[in-house]
Amino acid sequence: MVEINLSIDTNLVRKILTGFIRSEITRIGYSRAVVNLSGGIDSAVSLFLAAESLGPQNVLAIRLPYKSSSADSLEHAQQLIDQLGCPSVTIPITKMVDPLIGREAGMTDIRKGNIMARARMIVAYDQSEAFKGLVVGTSNKTEILLGYTTLFGDSACAINPIGDLFKTQLRPLAKALGVPETILTKPPSADLWVGQTDEGELGFTYKEVDKLLYLLVDQRYRPEECIEIGFEEKFVHGVVERIRRNQFKRIMPPVAKLSRRTVGYDFLYLRDWGT
Amino acid sequence: MKLNLALAQINTKLGDIESNLEKHLALTKQAWQDGMDLLVFPELSLTGYVLQDLVPSVACSPEAEDPVFHHLLDASRDIDLVIGFVDEDTRHRFYIASAYLSRGEIVHIHHKVYLPTYGLFDEGRFFASGDAVHAFDTRYGRVGMLICEDFWHASPPYLLWQDGADLFLLSSASPGRGLNGESKLETSAWVEHINQAYASLFTTFIAHANRTGFEDGLIFGGGSTVFDPNGNLVVQAPYFEEALTKAEIDLNQLHRTRASLPLLRDERPELLQHELERILHGRN
Repeated sequence: MVEINLSIDTNLVRKILTGFIRSEITRIGYSRAVVNLSGGIDSAVSLFLAAESLGPQNVLAIRLPYKSSSADSLEHAQQLIDQLGCPSVTIPITKMVDPLIGREAGMTDIRKGNIMARARMIVAYDQSEAFKGLVVGTSNKTEILLGYTTLFGDSACAINPIGDLFKTQLRPLAKALGVPETILTKPPSADLWVGQTDEGELGFTYKEVDKLLYLLVDQRYRPEECIEIGFEEKFVHGVVERIRRNQFKRIMPPVAKLSRRTVGYDFLYLRDWGT
Repeated sequence: MKLNLALAQINTKLGDIESNLEKHLALTKQAWQDGMDLLVFPELSLTGYVLQDLVPSVACSPEAEDPVFHHLLDASRDIDLVIGFVDEDTRHRFYIASAYLSRGEIVHIHHKVYLPTYGLFDEGRFFASGDAVHAFDTRYGRVGMLICEDFWHASPPYLLWQDGADLFLLSSASPGRGLNGESKLETSAWVEHINQAYASLFTTFIAHANRTGFEDGLIFGGGSTVFDPNGNLVVQAPYFEEALTKAEIDLNQLHRTRASLPLLRDERPELLQHELERILHGRN
């Protein structure tokens, strides 16, 4: 059987990611961060890393419940805030989103979920300005690759420390950072509607898909090779197609080229230009 | 003969030469005060690494009249220096370059030969590639310089060895990558492995200055090393942190190692040449 090594040395990863947050925030003259906290493992990791990088007093945790959000999510987020002793704010989004959702009868869950995710983005960026902190992202590599995210919603951020870690790699890191066991073991959920779970919606487990993504993306296995070594054909083709179809969520919108020098094609500078 | 060698494992500001120059001069002064003879800076130490369209605006000409090199040459009166910079030649081609400065003079310039343009790298898009690998004489013996991808290939170190270099000064700005559960990144382990191998195979000193810090999401891993002609680690800088890492190396070790392990004496470059002629040109 092919070796699929998704293990990480949590000390090494922690050192790199806290250094990254500190460097990318302080080099442009900031010293603070804001994190949208869902009560799940991904935002917990981003929050803990940011607190370790900048000091907990410099990280604002934002709770953004909707009326149907699970009480557990809100409670788990509060546990993390209490554990770190970081400043926090709770801004329910129900009154922001319900007027839009209520304009049409029978709006789909996908539309409602996207509206909520984008409302939370608006709050994060508003608090970013108020708190003078950069928005630290909470998207992991699995959801970025699968496109399991709302464009300009939960995917929006200033920097993302965890976007190169698969979902299953976040658990050991979260544990090392001191995220409580209840949060480590509960089923991952976007909590956009009652009873939603990531794995239920996606139709496969993170454990399965992370192994496949590791082979396809990190190790450059061809889809046929993944099938040969035992992954189900339908699953492999479904994931490959998902990756392809969601590329638009991973890049800036293409600019139609007219001039000799165009942003995105031949006007090339890092964001850290001059710092 | 003892050589007090220091590796300037620094972070840089992307495209901000003035600030980077200031750091070079401060560290040079410190190394000199600490009794160092030679100080090696990493690849593109004056400019930062992912320059992209900044390349033309950060290029220098390594000459006394250049406002940047003027200061560095001045600083090299006390201590020999290896500097990483963008060299613009008279025909306005841009190279990733290392300069060896000593006693106010430019002793040698190396242009990076192998420009990685794969994976996360895009050097071939922005730079011209060098076309020479030459050793050169210094007051500490014959030396060779290579830059990052140059020594991921086996042939440039081999050429320097045959050209007489007993001390290799390697510089890099290597974005660290690769998790496998071990306590260091895969790229750090790899480069330590090959540098130790060069020291062992060529019975020579290998000093490597890598940079640190971040540029966007890329981390430069540090972990600069010096290996001796027996392949033993003399000193290693920390990972991920800036450091001025010092080593006293005993150049007489070359005598002792090569007296017992005459790999250089027994090497047959003419055999290599003959076989390469056959391989490349079908000649027997």
